Amino acid sequence: MELSTSIAGLTLKNPVMPASGCFGFGKEYGQYYDLNQLGAIIIKAATKDARYGNQTPRVAETASGMLNAIGLQNPGVEAIVEQELPFLQSYETPIIANVAGSTVEEYVYVASRLAKTKAVQALELNISCPNVKEGGVQFGTDPVLASNVTESVKEVCGDVPLFVKLSPNVSDIAEIAKAVEAAGADGLSMINTLTGMTIHLPSKKPLLANKTGGLSGPAIKPIAVRMIYEVRQQVTIPIIGMGGITSAEDVLEFLLAGANAVAVGTANFLDPFVCPKIIEALPDVLHEFGFESVDQAIGKGHERGYEYISRT
Amino acid sequence: MINQMMTVVQKRTIAKDTVEMVLQGSTISFVEPGQFVHIRIGTGFSHMLRRPISIANVDGQEQTITVIFKVIGQGTEELQNVSIGSSLDVLLGCGTSYPVQGLELRRALLIGGGIGVPPLYYLAKELRKKGVQVTSILGFQSKENVFYEEEFKNLGACHIVTDDGSYGWHGNVNTVIDSEQIPFDYFFSCGPLGMLRAVSTKLIGQPGYISIEERMGCGIGACYACVVPAKDGKGFRKICKDGPVFPAGEVVL
Repeated sequence: MELSTSIAGLTLKNPVMPASGCFGFGKEYGQYYDLNQLGAIIIKAATKDARYGNQTPRVAETASGMLNAIGLQNPGVEAIVEQELPFLQSYETPIIANVAGSTVEEYVYVASRLAKTKAVQALELNISCPNVKEGGVQFGTDPVLASNVTESVKEVCGDVPLFVKLSPNVSDIAEIAKAVEAAGADGLSMINTLTGMTIHLPSKKPLLANKTGGLSGPAIKPIAVRMIYEVRQQVTIPIIGMGGITSAEDVLEFLLAGANAVAVGTANFLDPFVCPKIIEALPDVLHEFGFESVDQAIGKGHERGYEYISRT
Repeated sequence: MINQMMTVVQKRTIAKDTVEMVLQGSTISFVEPGQFVHIRIGTGFSHMLRRPISIANVDGQEQTITVIFKVIGQGTEELQNVSIGSSLDVLLGCGTSYPVQGLELRRALLIGGGIGVPPLYYLAKELRKKGVQVTSILGFQSKENVFYEEEFKNLGACHIVTDDGSYGWHGNVNTVIDSEQIPFDYFFSCGPLGMLRAVSTKLIGQPGYISIEERMGCGIGACYACVVPAKDGKGFRKICKDGPVFPAGEVVL
């Protein structure tokens, strides 16, 4: 079974990687299994300066999902380059660095700093974080702003491919996807979390200190699959799909919708070993549904003849 | 951290909404006083977050750990309803422990509040094995919430205090600290943030350790959900990984 796949010139031994924000900088999970098993690792968002993030509580459970409002806590790009990346560089697994900021200038600074290290094999432009007051999602919900920040960042990326992480908190995600593709994005990551809220009945107050948070987990999987399916019809650049993946069957569903690789987020919290388990199960699942490679399955959900499913 | 399936071998209600559960597994030697277990609720995806639960006792011969939790929501209610003989998916050995072996002490003061009491029991037993004299102050909301009084009394002096005065002392743990002037070399405290704040202020400058509760995501230090600011103004600590046990004065409560 051929699990390898290629995204924007980056060869992955398999299509499965942990999603940004759910895996730290790899050290914790690296204590429990060999990170070389992963297709890639998307590390936690980097901003120019260190960020403490939001007040606690920062997570809350919801039906088949969770809300988080971490607030892009990170030690700043310099500390990430000096203190976090050397550990991951000891592995063969490609590193994808998530780039966040409040202004175009900050995005450019962080992207430039990371691209120059040659320690990361791709960048993921985070214009879709719903948990920060400035920057983040405001860039990801306006096609003009999304296009501008993509273009500016792309200029400083050199040979490092740039994936743009799209927000699902929009009425037409394909419009944003087309805009960032036209602006030079080498690929897309989608989707980020959906803005949500839960209220604690005894206290009658929102359960998160930030009031709102990003909804993730299996609850959002159908939205992610729909959005990837829609965007796949409008763009040609590769897509890293994410949103509620918990199994190899879910991975196949995302591939069929048009994702070229996938990221696993919330499921890591439920089962810290979920990524290697999915990778191990993937060949059998692909084979069960008639595929002999990952590449064979990509986009197959769009082909004629796959549209009709018997109701019996 | 070790992930294993553990069998529920005993279960009983020991106080209002408070459940004691005994779990049997093969790697319980991995567990130290103050650490927590991260338990998966159910087998599907109706609960996407595990529940961090403290350990009240370890029995090396029986290969069991005893956990105590309060039923406060759907997840803990479902956990309460797990039948004896069934299996739970458990992450064992999470977080830091009270440094029992590394401390030179003769007298320990244990101060617990509510569901913060259980880890102090395992700690008290380990301290007694070292020959340490243990005095406990255990605070509860009211009489119906009190548990493990006899167990603690078997290990040393034990003062029970309730918010409403329905049992033991009337007031909070500081009421007992003020009145009894108990001599100690180190204090060890676990309970709600308000109690830890009050105790830390009362015993400022004295050597001790505190254990903090917070809602967690991953439970292993990767997601940054359960952070607390460091007292030195330089950054933060992750409660699930750098804690839950911290030296008194290390973090901002």
